[in-house]
Amino acid sequence: MKGNHSKLTWYVVGALSALLIFFVYAGCAKKPTVERGDVAEAAIASYVAPGDTDEYYLFYSGGHSGNVYVAGVPSMRHISTIPVFAPYPATGYGFDKESKEMLGAYTWGDVHHPALSETNGDYDGRWLFVNDNANNRMARIDLRDFKTKQIFGPVPNISGYHGGSFVTPNTEYVLAASRFSVPLPKGTYEPMEDYATKFKGIVAGLAIDPNTGNMSNGWQILMPPFDFDLGDAGKAASDGWAFWTSYNTERAIGKLEVTSTQRDRDYIIAVNWKEAEKAANEGRGVKTIDGVKVIDPKDAPGIVYLIPCSKSPHGVDVSPDGKWIIGSGKLQSITTAFSMEKVLAAIQNKNFTGEEDGIPVLDYEKVREAEINVGLGPLHTQFDDQGYAYTSLFVESAVAKWKLGTWEVADKIPISYNIGHLATAEGDTVNPDGKYLIALNKLSHGRHMNVGPSQPESSQLINISGEKMKLIYDAFTEPEPHYAQLIRADKLKPIEVYPKEENKNPNAIWDMKDASITKNGTDVIVKLIAVRSSFEPNKIEVNQGDKVTMYITNIEQTTDELHGFGLLEYNMNVVIDPGETKIVEFVANKAGVFPYYCTNFCSALHQEMQGYLLVKPK
Amino acid sequence: MSNFLDKETAFFERPLTATSRVLILVAVVVMLPVFFFPLWNMSFYSNQYRDGLVLHIYSYQLEGGKTPNRDDLREINSLNHYIGMRPLLESDFSEFTWVPLVVGLLMILALRAMVLGKMSNLVDVFVLFVYFGLFSLWSFYHRLYMYGHNLDPTASIKVEPFTPPLFGSKQIANFLVNSYPGIGSYAFFAFAGLLLVAILLSAKKRKLTNGRREVSPGDEV
Repeated sequence: MKGNHSKLTWYVVGALSALLIFFVYAGCAKKPTVERGDVAEAAIASYVAPGDTDEYYLFYSGGHSGNVYVAGVPSMRHISTIPVFAPYPATGYGFDKESKEMLGAYTWGDVHHPALSETNGDYDGRWLFVNDNANNRMARIDLRDFKTKQIFGPVPNISGYHGGSFVTPNTEYVLAASRFSVPLPKGTYEPMEDYATKFKGIVAGLAIDPNTGNMSNGWQILMPPFDFDLGDAGKAASDGWAFWTSYNTERAIGKLEVTSTQRDRDYIIAVNWKEAEKAANEGRGVKTIDGVKVIDPKDAPGIVYLIPCSKSPHGVDVSPDGKWIIGSGKLQSITTAFSMEKVLAAIQNKNFTGEEDGIPVLDYEKVREAEINVGLGPLHTQFDDQGYAYTSLFVESAVAKWKLGTWEVADKIPISYNIGHLATAEGDTVNPDGKYLIALNKLSHGRHMNVGPSQPESSQLINISGEKMKLIYDAFTEPEPHYAQLIRADKLKPIEVYPKEENKNPNAIWDMKDASITKNGTDVIVKLIAVRSSFEPNKIEVNQGDKVTMYITNIEQTTDELHGFGLLEYNMNVVIDPGETKIVEFVANKAGVFPYYCTNFCSALHQEMQGYLLVKPK
Repeated sequence: MSNFLDKETAFFERPLTATSRVLILVAVVVMLPVFFFPLWNMSFYSNQYRDGLVLHIYSYQLEGGKTPNRDDLREINSLNHYIGMRPLLESDFSEFTWVPLVVGLLMILALRAMVLGKMSNLVDVFVLFVYFGLFSLWSFYHRLYMYGHNLDPTASIKVEPFTPPLFGSKQIANFLVNSYPGIGSYAFFAFAGLLLVAILLSAKKRKLTNGRREVSPGDEV
């Protein structure tokens, strides 16, 4: 026992030394030498003059901040933050009735992979979907006003919603998958030892209403307890298919770092979603778990296939023409290209080498087109308009540029440091633009001004319009950029004020003389106007214990004339955009006099924009 | 003296030439834009409003520039309330009812002069119109004066009473205010000008077609 203990100590010491060497090496890594001429070129390439606007919108996930960040490319300037899964006092998100209800009991989420809605495989600029890896939710942001409009979930049976938010070419479905298999339905107890048999994975598609974007449960497929990682929807040649990577196909438990990395190959899961849709509608092989139609592939063959892929694959990305499925085994030095044509042929000819819980495993040799020697730790692949693919290399800290079809590596650029995802301009559509690549890096290692131990991540802008990739800008981003979307700026036409005619709130008022306080027992209804530079009414008297509901309308119709409503010591702040009505509900349980004031600077007399809530003691 | 009056009478009794009559018709047509285009345009520029807030004053309505992101009339009123200026409300302007009525009336009178073909009728319309035009200008100036001088004494920002420019540009606080006539006013001027030309063209004594000189009452035969 004592011997075991000291052995373990040595292991730990060994591992720590290795880590130390790794970090010291990374910290001392030679910065790429830059010529002055290159600096001038880079400066011009990324400079957006005051008053000018950027060419692309960059939507990047804010990870466990729960937000989505919006920046301009090529300037890389952070312009706006869209709160999604966490309260955000800056915009009053999570304080008013509507957003509070949307967030439910959760105060955080882990935003992962943003996905823009598509029409015919191209961005249509309508919505942005983002998944919550932590609390299994999917959110829809409307790009007309850059606001979160729906949070769907926790999605039944999905546990660790990592394998989203990839959308099908006409936004029929947004993909979902479980990263952490659990016994189903959720809430079921099973001992850990029964993991391999009693725990279940799920891959799924959430249905999207084509007109409203409203999300609902579509189909789900019961899977073995692998860890489902990332996905992509097929397009063009592979339209109708959905793909996910998986790790821990060993179905191991405990220290997965070791136990789940024993096999040389794990799987890419290929789902014929049109067949899945049909099976769910017809009830073929379907059982209902937690109110959702779940297809058991054992009982509904012809829907799910497994494609062996190099060890612990992370990203799976479909080429713009849909012909190639690119899987990157993060623990090897190759990226594998599978041919969709060969996959379909192998299915047709039943070239199976085995099965997992009744799901056929395709013959690797029959479906693999090429193994590309990209470098160490390949993760994700994006595309340009010249037939090149760009693969991020985490371990090597670089991006490899390689040619589809010839499978030759054409160029490589060092990244500072440890790139995770990458995004090229419209690089996951049927029609990529090329031009720009953004490296979303996990570590910044002091490339920035010293801000203490809690360091930002880094995003690097790379010009990919030429033969050689060129680094042109370093930006520092809040944690944690998991993937991003780059869309041409002219594809979005957001509004700047909510037109008065569109305000359908029956309690909205537009004239000072309609402001009112109505009492009905202990219910107090206040109709309030916010306008430069006053609140009407500016005095509200209630009794302690009254339930107060305020309908606050900002009657401005001018861009950027936002007003805030902050109520002292009642933990309340909402921000009302021009033309908007927000509903504030609280119980006046504290007696006394509580000032309220405009929190969002509005005018020369902003400081005077205030009022008093008087709560008479019981 | 009586000779002069007689000559005047002769002048007013003079028939209008065909050209003058056509000119009257043209003048009436030229006047039509008054019912569709602004009489006056004002714009207000500042650092915050580099594209300028605009205000169009029609014969029948007040209209601010409108974009999806801003309603200029609303904005002008929002800003003016800080200095205690009364909000510009369409309902406060009786002009919007009587100006179009008078313009219509003058157009009918002009057509009447054209049909009757007599100098006196044409001169009546011209004189009435000039009076009406000058009165309208004075009225507009008076409006501007009143808006700039009747400031609410309780206003949060105290400014010296002022008169916004009637014609031209003027810096008022942080705003450069421009005020210029619009298409409607040009129609006004053109109407008056055309009538004047019509009068002058028919004012000369003309030879009659039979070679005799035109005879006016009082001429020595």
